[in-house]
Amino acid sequence: MIKAIRLMAQIAVYGGFAALIGYFSDSPAYTNFAGDKAVIVLSFAHGAEHKGECQKLSREELQKLAPNMRKPTSCPRERLPVVVKLDLDGTEIFHAALAPTGLAGDGPSRAYQRFVVPAGRHTVVARLRDTKRKSGFDYSTTKTIELRPSQSLAVDFRADVGGFIFE
Amino acid sequence: MATVTSPTRRSVTAVGPIQAILRKGFFVVEGWLDQIFTPAWNPFHHFGALGFFYYWIVAVTGIYLYIFFDTSTSTAYTTVEYLTTEQWYLGGVMRSLHRYASDGMVLMMAVHIVREFAFDRFRGARWFTWVTGVPILWFVIASGVTGYWLVWDKLAQYVAVRTTEWLDWLPIFGEPVARNFLSPTNLDDRFFTLLIFLHIAVPLFLLLALWIHLNRVTRPRINPPRGLAVGTFVMMMALAFIKPAVSHAPADLSVVPTILNLDWFYLAAYPLMDVWSHGTVWGAAVSVTLILFLLPFIPPMRRPSAAVVDLANCNGCTRCEEDCPYAAIEMERRTDERPFDRQAVVIDARCVGCGICAGSCPTATPFRIGSDLIPGIDLPNPSISTLRDQLDRAVDNITGHPKILLIGCDHAAQVAQLTNNRIAAVSLPCIGMLPPSFIDYALSRKHADGVFVTGCRDGECRNRLGVRWTEDRLNGKRDPALRKRVPRNRLAWHWAAPTDLTALRREIENFAGRLADLPTADPPTIPTTRTARPAPEMPTGAQAND
Repeated sequence: MIKAIRLMAQIAVYGGFAALIGYFSDSPAYTNFAGDKAVIVLSFAHGAEHKGECQKLSREELQKLAPNMRKPTSCPRERLPVVVKLDLDGTEIFHAALAPTGLAGDGPSRAYQRFVVPAGRHTVVARLRDTKRKSGFDYSTTKTIELRPSQSLAVDFRADVGGFIFE
Repeated sequence: MATVTSPTRRSVTAVGPIQAILRKGFFVVEGWLDQIFTPAWNPFHHFGALGFFYYWIVAVTGIYLYIFFDTSTSTAYTTVEYLTTEQWYLGGVMRSLHRYASDGMVLMMAVHIVREFAFDRFRGARWFTWVTGVPILWFVIASGVTGYWLVWDKLAQYVAVRTTEWLDWLPIFGEPVARNFLSPTNLDDRFFTLLIFLHIAVPLFLLLALWIHLNRVTRPRINPPRGLAVGTFVMMMALAFIKPAVSHAPADLSVVPTILNLDWFYLAAYPLMDVWSHGTVWGAAVSVTLILFLLPFIPPMRRPSAAVVDLANCNGCTRCEEDCPYAAIEMERRTDERPFDRQAVVIDARCVGCGICAGSCPTATPFRIGSDLIPGIDLPNPSISTLRDQLDRAVDNITGHPKILLIGCDHAAQVAQLTNNRIAAVSLPCIGMLPPSFIDYALSRKHADGVFVTGCRDGECRNRLGVRWTEDRLNGKRDPALRKRVPRNRLAWHWAAPTDLTALRREIENFAGRLADLPTADPPTIPTTRTARPAPEMPTGAQAND
């Protein structure tokens, strides 16, 4: 009798353990995102122009270098920051000068920003400057988009295809 | 009535009150489970072993799943779905076992940490095991997260995006890793190949970390008792059939997942990433990790004095080395002129000062009359010699009948609370420090009519093996064994937690009743004179009390 009670109690303990694991393995449900919203993700990795100009080395300067290092020009490695600006329906939602990556500041500038916006029609203006110009932008794209609820819109930038890509 | 305790009793610390509450909770729950499962099968005594057992379930089921799994963004989901629905009777069960055993592993790990914290098993020489356990936390979580990623459903998408965004906060990647999940066109199959590699490599590192974790633990229990293993496996199987693990809808990077059924064992921190900045989440993660790392070094350091070897009395019998629970004793080549091959050497940094080695030493016998009581290995405080003096003093104050000598442990039921005019008590750092010859001594010298031994409950020994070795010694199964001449009806033992005082008192009263019924025939006696005589030469493996 005691053995039977003990067995029943063991089954109850195992059952409780199973219930604990079974429940918390997928419950309670978590609402990550309101269904009536959408997301715009601005992300790119792009290197701006180098900060300084390349300089032609004189014969004397070249002679001082090891034979295998004698390139006729010397170019500074450091890049300019990439300036990016994103407007949504006429309102600026992001504006930053993104420093180049790398210890020597010679890597690409990188961006990854998420913006939660109401679903519906929006006008997005994306601008980017990657040269030494003091004002204005080198790239600018204006796009009117219809965002469905829960849609994720990626705003990428690739100079080789002409600028901003909306996908 | 006199009670003598060892000087290693717990001192108050900043985390002391929390530990006390947790400890009480564990004692109560483990007491119930002892009744239900017996102490040998009590799951609370096998958290580490159960964690290992679940690891092997995860490994075996993972190998099966890998046979069918296709590491491609377009087919990963469909292969998992095939296993779940079409091959539900095997692949689906394997998948469910894979998930639930992984969850069980996290649960075991979490409670294992809390239990070790509650019982203060992270300080002093135990720092190494605690500290090497901290990276295991990360390895386990990383294994689970990369696993969820592979299903490539909505949950995988959420986990992938949040994890990579979080990792990108560190300025170590040239291009944000999260860009891989920017849109469906950004993700390629090679990334999935990397993921499956991680999901296999991280658990292998976990295994390595577990090996290091147990490096200073002798006789680690890495397998649960067969009955418990069968029970828990049947439970997992039942759960796999009753509630099979299923996927969310397939991932679609152009749509943000909204409602998710998170596995809270692995992904509980993810919602924090939605409300806190990534820097804050990093700060929290690093802080928790640092606190865990530093916990053993927070004052008071409470490092008891390590055991000391007395070469003049050590014959290199190896019992202390075999009995030490923390691999703190090694046998090395003899450095003196005595005719023995080896000698015991204590590694101070690993010694917790439990005294189990002194309890195992054949020279630790109170009958020694030709020399001072200095065993081959001993604690500086309390020493075996002190123990004999304490015992002598304690029993001197007994006035009632039957006279009972109660020998207990500082970490179990407090024997001081059970003394009266019939009962004298002595408390040790661990009951494993008790040489069985002390029982013989107390009875044969008529210090007591009976000896009652108590210590931590079975499976809860503060020093892992003290109770086990003591029971084996008293039962004659382990050296130094209790002599056969000791009348067993004058000896009793009962293992009791601090919360078991009432039950322990009852056991002692029952024992007293039995003693009162015994005929007055005297137990054997031997001379009590302690005249100075040269210590006899000890042959290897000899028991001084035989």
